[in-house]
Amino acid sequence: MAKVLKADGMNKCIGCFTCMLVCAGVNRQNHSISKSAIKVRTSGGLKGKFVADVCIACNDERACAEACPTGVLIPRPGGGVILEPKSCIGCKKCTEACIVSAVFFDDTEGRPIICKHCGMCTRFCPHECLRMEEQDNDI
Amino acid sequence: MIYEKYIRVLYIDLKDRKIRIEQREDLCEYLGGVGVASKLLEENIKPELSPLHEEQPIILAIGAASSIYPVITKTVAMFYSPLTGELGESYAGGRLALTMLLAGYDAIVIGGKADKPIYMTLNRSNIEFKDARALWGMSSDEAGRVIREREPGGGKRSILRIGPAGENMVSFASVCVDTYRHFGRLGLGAVFGSKNLKAVTIIGDRSIPVKNFKEYFKVYQEIYKKVTDTEIMSKYHDAGTPVNVEPLNEMGGLPTKNLRQNRFEYVEDISGDAFVRNNLVRKMACTGCPVGCIHIGQFRREFGKGYDYESVSVSYDYELIFALGSFLGIKSTDEILQLIEAVEQLGLDAMSTGVVLGWATEAYMEKLLTDRDTIIPLEFGNSSSYNKAIEYLAANENEFYKILSKGSYEAAKKYGGQDYAMTFAKNEMPGYHTGYGALVGAVVGARHSHLCNGGYSIDQSMGAFDKEKLVEGIFKEEKERCMLNSLAICLFARKVYDRETILKVLNAIGHELTDQDLTKIAERIYGTKLRIKERLGFKLKDVKVPKRFFETPGLWGKLDEGLAYELIGMYDERIKTIN
Repeated sequence: MAKVLKADGMNKCIGCFTCMLVCAGVNRQNHSISKSAIKVRTSGGLKGKFVADVCIACNDERACAEACPTGVLIPRPGGGVILEPKSCIGCKKCTEACIVSAVFFDDTEGRPIICKHCGMCTRFCPHECLRMEEQDNDI
Repeated sequence: MIYEKYIRVLYIDLKDRKIRIEQREDLCEYLGGVGVASKLLEENIKPELSPLHEEQPIILAIGAASSIYPVITKTVAMFYSPLTGELGESYAGGRLALTMLLAGYDAIVIGGKADKPIYMTLNRSNIEFKDARALWGMSSDEAGRVIREREPGGGKRSILRIGPAGENMVSFASVCVDTYRHFGRLGLGAVFGSKNLKAVTIIGDRSIPVKNFKEYFKVYQEIYKKVTDTEIMSKYHDAGTPVNVEPLNEMGGLPTKNLRQNRFEYVEDISGDAFVRNNLVRKMACTGCPVGCIHIGQFRREFGKGYDYESVSVSYDYELIFALGSFLGIKSTDEILQLIEAVEQLGLDAMSTGVVLGWATEAYMEKLLTDRDTIIPLEFGNSSSYNKAIEYLAANENEFYKILSKGSYEAAKKYGGQDYAMTFAKNEMPGYHTGYGALVGAVVGARHSHLCNGGYSIDQSMGAFDKEKLVEGIFKEEKERCMLNSLAICLFARKVYDRETILKVLNAIGHELTDQDLTKIAERIYGTKLRIKERLGFKLKDVKVPKRFFETPGLWGKLDEGLAYELIGMYDERIKTIN
C-alpha cells in the first residue's frame, strides 16, 4: 500500500531542523537546508509555534500537476506527485499553484523541490512530529 | 571551509564600512572554532589599548564539521574581555553556526567602530551596513522583532543583538542569539556596544553538495543513534540542566546567599521538578541537535490593576537558577523566571548579574553601601528589589551602579568586601562550590569558566583526594576541550564525541587526521591562548581567591587556602610544558 507523509505532530516540534538536514542530504546530496522538501519554520519569531511546510499529498486532484505545462509532475499513487526532472523548464507554475506553499524552488538547479514521501525525515525526527500513513491508491 | 584546504575569513571594518575576505591555508592547523578564533585574536588584539577601544577585534568562528553532524551546534566568540581584562571566550548555540556555514564564512573578524549605531546583514554575496539609531535603547527582544520584520532570509538566518546593557558597556553585557541562546559570559555585549554595533543578521543561503555521501551518512546515522537511542543525552532533554539543583544541594555544593551557605533551605521550591510542575511549557533545540535541551518556562505577570495579566516565556537552565535563585535567596520559580526575563531584555549575563548582586546585598547588609548607593534596599529573597537593581545596573543609574556594572571585583575594590566578592580572576563564580577541582579549575581555566576544564565534575568523580591526580586531570581536560571546541561541539555531547568518533566525522568530510594530529591541535590551541593571556599581563601567581571560598564548606568540608594555592602553583608549573 502507498504511504504518505503526515506532519500532524508539529505541536511537539523542538525546531532542531534534523528533518531538513537529512532530507537535503539524502535526497539532494547537499548540506543546505534550502534544498529540503520539508521546511520547518516558526510562525512569528522563535516564540511562535513551529510549523512544517511540506507536501500534504493531495489525491484525486493535484493542483501542481495541473499547472505544469510540460507534464513532468506525475501523480504518485496514494497522493502527491513525482518529478521527472529531465523535461522540467523551471517555470515555477507548480510553486504558485500549491496553495499550502509546499513546492519549493531550487535556484541553483532551476527546478522545483518535490517531496517524494520517502519517509526519511520521519526516521530522523526525534520527537514524533512526522509520521507515514498508509493510503489507498487513488490512481 | 568544509571540503576545502583553507579557512575562509571575513574581515569587516565598521569605521570605513569596508570588507575583505581571505582564504587562509595556514589556519587549517588550528582546525576551526576556538583554534582559528584564538589565532585570529592573537593577530588582531591590541594589548596596549583598553578592551573597549575601537581597534579591538570581535572574532566569531565555527568548526570544521559545524551543523552537518548532530549536536555540533556552537559558535565561539573571542575578544578582549572588559570584565577580566584578559582572554574573552564565549559560546552560543541557536542557528548561528549553520548560517555561518551556509553564508560561506568559517570566521568573521569585526574591527573598528561605526560613527553612529548600525546593524549589519550579511549573506554569501553581500554585506550591508544599516541605520540602527532607532534601535538604540531597545530591549534585545524588541530589536530582534524589528530586524526580523525588516530583513529577508526567514528560517535560514540568525540574528545577534544586544540590549541596553551592551549599549551602556556593562562589563558583563551579553549578546542574544536567536531569542533563547547567548554569548553570555565575559562581556561580548559591551564590545558590541563599544563599536556602535546593535545587531548582526547572518543569512545562510549557499548550496554545499555532499562529497562522499555514503561515508558521511553512515557516520551521521551512527552518531544520531548514539544521541537519541542511548542514555548519554537524555537528562539534558528530560528536565534539563535544572535537575542538578537538588543533587548539588544535597552534596553541599549549591552556592546560596552569596555563598554564605552551601545548601538552600527552599531548594525543593526551585528544583528542576518544581520548574517542570510550575512553568515548563516547551522544549526547543539548536539547529542540528535532536536533543532539544532548551527549556522554556512561562509565568504570569500582572501589568495593570484589576484583571490585567500577560504571559511571559523565557528559557531557563541550571546556572540561571543558581545565580538568580539560590545565590540571591529567591525561593520561587516564578520569581526566578522574572529575574531571568529582566536580564534577558536588558542584555546581561545572568551568572555575573546574580553574583554581582549577591556581593552588593552583603555589602549593603554590612553597611559598606548606603541607601543612596543602592537606591532601593537589597535583601536576600526580595525579588522585586533585585528586579529594580537589575534595571539600575543596565542603565548605570548612579555612580554606584556604574561601578557595579564593571563587575564585583571592581566594585569590591572601591567599596570593600573583597573577601566575599565571589570571583575567580575577576570572573563571577559559576554554580558549583564542590571542592578543589571547581576552585582551582576556574582559577587556572583560560577564561575562568567552569566549562574550561570541568573541575567541578572532577570533584564529583574523583575518589580519594590526590594532588597530582587533580592537577593532571584539570590540565588534560583543559587541553582536550581546546580540541573539542575547535570543532565547536556542544559540550553536552562530549561523551558522544570521543576521539574515535571525531576522527570518523572528520575523515568522512575529507579531513585526513590522526589521533596524534588531534593531540597536536589541542596543544597548539592551548599554547595560543596562553600566549594571549601572557601578552595581556595575566599571571596565575597574582590571582587572589576571596576568603569566602575557604570559609563555606563544599562537598568534602572546608577547603584549605594554602593547599588551594599550592595546587594553583603546581598547575602553573605544569603549563610550562606547553609551547
